[in-house]
Amino acid sequence: MRLKRRVRSMRGFVRLNMSRTYIYRKALRIHFSSYSACRTVAIQWLGLLLLCCLAVVSLGCRKEKAGDTICIAGSTSVQPFAEKLAETYMHTHPLIRIDVQGGGSSAGIFAAQQGAADLGASSRELTAQEKDLVEIPIAFDGIAVIVNKKNPLNNLKLSQIRQIFQGDITDWGDFNLPPHPIHIITREEGSGTRNAFEELVMGKHAEITPIALVQDSNGSVREIVADDPYAIGYISMGLVDPRVKALAVDEVYPTRQSVKTHTYKLVRRFLLVARELKPGPCQDFVNFILSAKGQSLLEAEGLVGVED
Amino acid sequence: MKKELFIERILLFLALSSIGSLLIITVFIFWEGVPLIAHTGLKNFLLSSHWAPTRGHFGIFAMIVSSIFVTLGALVLGVPLGLACAIVLAEFSPDRVKTILKPTLELLAGIPSVVYGFLGVVWLVPLIRDYLGGPGLSVLAGSVILGIMILPTVISISIDALNAVPDLYRDGSIALGATNWQTVRRVVLPAASSGIITAIILGMGRAIGETMAVIMVAGNALKIPTSILDPARTLTANIALELGYASGRHREALFATGIVLFIIIMILNFSATIITRRR
Repeated sequence: MRLKRRVRSMRGFVRLNMSRTYIYRKALRIHFSSYSACRTVAIQWLGLLLLCCLAVVSLGCRKEKAGDTICIAGSTSVQPFAEKLAETYMHTHPLIRIDVQGGGSSAGIFAAQQGAADLGASSRELTAQEKDLVEIPIAFDGIAVIVNKKNPLNNLKLSQIRQIFQGDITDWGDFNLPPHPIHIITREEGSGTRNAFEELVMGKHAEITPIALVQDSNGSVREIVADDPYAIGYISMGLVDPRVKALAVDEVYPTRQSVKTHTYKLVRRFLLVARELKPGPCQDFVNFILSAKGQSLLEAEGLVGVED
Repeated sequence: MKKELFIERILLFLALSSIGSLLIITVFIFWEGVPLIAHTGLKNFLLSSHWAPTRGHFGIFAMIVSSIFVTLGALVLGVPLGLACAIVLAEFSPDRVKTILKPTLELLAGIPSVVYGFLGVVWLVPLIRDYLGGPGLSVLAGSVILGIMILPTVISISIDALNAVPDLYRDGSIALGATNWQTVRRVVLPAASSGIITAIILGMGRAIGETMAVIMVAGNALKIPTSILDPARTLTANIALELGYASGRHREALFATGIVLFIIIMILNFSATIITRRR
């Protein structure tokens, strides 16, 4: 029995082998003799592949039936909160599906302008060219300036923070601490947190020094500051944990109260933007976010609500 | 016969589509990146080190220099180690050792780069910060991690090159009274040199193209590094760091960075092919 199978498989192998060399020969001939035919085939293929790519991209945000799905895209700072809100909302509205995607503030605003997303999420203010969109502030987020636990410093003036990040103050010795170079940690260009920090601290012209280390998430900035006694960085207030120390800015510590009353200076708004807000599930979802329930959900996650 | 033709077409189809995807990628990168280079000027793009894309400055000189520094560092650490390893495995170790050691070394290539990066951050970076100074995230950290990551490439290609040297050469040399080491150094290594250079170049390509581990350990600062303890941002790190938020010109600038990287790696691969062929 076994032998028989082996013989059969060997026969198959031989046949396969013969056809293989045959195909090679044939393929070579095709390659050399009818180059132009190959080219047509290749062009057709390229077209097909391109189409596939487009299809995949456009499918990402496809609406299944008008009104059933709400697509939110944008800031990765807003994303976790939007997901939380969507989850709760879908619980009470089982017929509606909400897709939350990242991509960054600029991408979200662009998607909302193009209509690719029903709502764009942004952690930065709109620029003049983007003002044609409807903007709905949903929460405030404080940006905390953080240092290592071992750092005895508790307070910095806003101007001092600017000088540090600008590269004018480079040594902890300037603050009556044991002299050691300051390790500045910033976020990558284009990040919503960095954008807000630049707007709030650096002003129009000052640039963050090129010496600064660049990390690509709030988490890794926090990780490095928790590890390096000479580091200074900034992260979203909701993400401060006991391993790092949030500094007071101009004598005001970042707390819910100080953010709400705007006595703490480094506060940014989280926005949802849309081309227009028609009555329907989209409007309903926005109402939910601004309702007491939605706002308390955001507060529970470390943000500060916009409504009183 | 019909079936043969059918299979034939399918195979041709598959072969062409793989080439096609390469073509599409190439065209796409250039399509997206060239407008930015035309906009800022090639000289400004390549030779300025002022990178502030949201303010309209697109100079990648610092990143080119950093990429070269980190890669050279990786070669300085990885090549002697890898080559020594290859010589031991190919020339001096008994078969039993070889059968254990070679697959183990190749396993190094199977470890995901994010794991290397993670190890670097947790382990190497604090060591550098505490004992050598600086922020720890540095050219040195990147080089050490990359040096380890290129080992499998360097070792396996070097072993192949050494094995390709005919035993006749070795026997001849030994017969002339040379010791084993003299034989390896004066006869086998020169004979295998083109293969070893190929190994180094391919290792270099791997080091330049590596992204995740470097982002995690090199610090990504925009300044041109002046010492090995300074942080640095490589070309790949620049793309991966900023692509999430980039739009408009900024996005084009990242694609343009991709073009530069693409050209560097093409040059490396071509020279590796040419050196191998010359033999």
